[in-house]
Amino acid sequence: MAAKDYLRERFFPHLWCPGCGHGMVLNGMLQAVEKLGMSKNEIVMVSGIGCSARISGYVDFHTLHTIHGRALAFATGVKMSRPELNLIVPMGDGDALAIGGNHFIHAARRNIDITAIVMNNRIYGMTGGQFSPLSGPGIRATTAPFANIDYSFDVVELAKAAGATFVARTTSYHVQQIADIIKKAILHEGFSVVEILSQCPTYFGRKNKAGDAVDMVRWFKDNTTSIGSKGKQENPDLIERGIFVQTERPEYCSEYDKIVEIAVAGQS
Amino acid sequence: MSENKKFVQGNEACVEGALYAGLDFFAGYPITPSTEIAEILSYRLPRIGGKFIQMEDEIASLCAIIGASLTGRKVMTATSGPGFSLMQEALGYAVMAEIPCVIVDVQRGGPSTGIPTHGSQGDINQARWGTHGDHAIIAMTASNHQDVFAVTVEAFNLAETYRTPVILLFDEVVGHMRERLVIPEPGVIPLVDRLRTSVKGGVDYHPYLPREDGRLPMSDFGSVHRYNVTGLFHDMWGFPSAEPRVIHGLLHHLVDKLENRTNLIARYKEYYLEDAEHLLISYGSAARSARHVVENRRLRGEKLGLLELQTLWPFPENIVREKCAGAKSVIVVEQNMGQIMREVKLAADEPQKVFLANRIDGVFITPTDIVNIFRLIQGKGV
Repeated sequence: MAAKDYLRERFFPHLWCPGCGHGMVLNGMLQAVEKLGMSKNEIVMVSGIGCSARISGYVDFHTLHTIHGRALAFATGVKMSRPELNLIVPMGDGDALAIGGNHFIHAARRNIDITAIVMNNRIYGMTGGQFSPLSGPGIRATTAPFANIDYSFDVVELAKAAGATFVARTTSYHVQQIADIIKKAILHEGFSVVEILSQCPTYFGRKNKAGDAVDMVRWFKDNTTSIGSKGKQENPDLIERGIFVQTERPEYCSEYDKIVEIAVAGQS
Repeated sequence: MSENKKFVQGNEACVEGALYAGLDFFAGYPITPSTEIAEILSYRLPRIGGKFIQMEDEIASLCAIIGASLTGRKVMTATSGPGFSLMQEALGYAVMAEIPCVIVDVQRGGPSTGIPTHGSQGDINQARWGTHGDHAIIAMTASNHQDVFAVTVEAFNLAETYRTPVILLFDEVVGHMRERLVIPEPGVIPLVDRLRTSVKGGVDYHPYLPREDGRLPMSDFGSVHRYNVTGLFHDMWGFPSAEPRVIHGLLHHLVDKLENRTNLIARYKEYYLEDAEHLLISYGSAARSARHVVENRRLRGEKLGLLELQTLWPFPENIVREKCAGAKSVIVVEQNMGQIMREVKLAADEPQKVFLANRIDGVFITPTDIVNIFRLIQGKGV
């Protein structure tokens, strides 16, 4: 099946701005699904609110477009009820880590088998360019006209600390790596976090004089490097890409199955 | 038969009703005075192969059961005032996306943290209007454990019939009081199962196209039909739409499917209404004291009657109007500042004859409280 066969063409054109990085994430994600040879019926995509969240409408899976920040809570219900389904939860940076921060750390703590994708463009796009918990200090936004003073989360460190058993990062420039990492994240049994740096030329780019979409994607190329590379040693400011964590820990739904076994056996 | 008879708290009666109705997925967060529901279900559900999950907050709890409902499960969460406040956004989502689910609010005194261990009926209007936007909702209550059981079963049936969240507004008094419960044999109370689509795989399925009878057959997530569910206004495929025609049509559908069936959904009990000169209207724990007053006064030959409401929303205004007709006085007995009294005044032909007998100090309203107010209404001293 071609990646195109996973799209709901009826609902195109999409609403993303020209130059938006989210389409590159969609492309990489569909390549991953295609490589895995997954049936469309075994995938449930749950999203929240924001530009990123609209991704769920465009794919021909079981799709649940929910409320702001709560996608992982809805996904937890679906997964817990039907553990055999594959849950993919794409979220924006504000969706995942501001309003949804609590659900993010608790899903990681449980190690429930969900693939969380943080499409990080460091801005609230749909509401018109406000700073997010991933914008970082010095960034300009419509709610930080003089400069943002909020320190940002490091998604990778946060996910690791909260207990995620698969943690990775890449960028919209590295489309093949997106596909490769998402593929591994889906196969991983446990809570997977994939941060994908994505560009928002419309708001982040304009507010911060970051250039057009091409300039912003080039920035990802020039300012990121593979984990532990020589480049990182020479220039510690480079952002590392790759898989940071890939460990085994009992998965939540499997553990609950054991509880059911104990409870059922206790009755006889 | 003896094993079907139990001496339980109201919260446990609710659990028994939910399990009888087919509950197989519960998500919740601890909060007084509803916690026993979660505790008991954490033990009972895995024993029947069901699922229990304690979430990180009440928001996540309602979100999780909505997700589970979409996979075909019968779902419930339980909370109290502060948690119910947190659930309001997800409640609106369940209304908009038409997801069957049952939300129990064991009411305590509010606002805010209020008085967690004392009873109140202060969430009646929140149940109706707590989530934003025009909508219709079903909310039910009960005054004793047998009825808690029965309305809980009914809540699941209504949720499935109308694809809607149903709110159970119990209160601390009923929730924590112990009383006898007789659990009926399976099949005694009819159950409504999920209406699933008969559309075959590969054929275009319209998850949001109502049938002629207004019902929308569902398709479980994971089965052959893949469709979109959203809290945005949406077309028959569940895809977001900003078309005025679609918005108007969907909002009317969401409201009309319940409000046009108010009499059908209405559930109530009457005591001595045939010749009643003075009518008491009450619900939940307060109705226990109201019933005591009516029965006591009848022994003295005073013609009092009680209308005990079990369905609070959609408010059964036609039934209330009919019952109020001709009464010398109508006294609404409730443990809030007149939330249902206002509805009764709106419904009654003679609103000037509608009075409130309430108590809002965290103390359960007694028959004496009601009698004192009744005497004042009649111009007699207390």
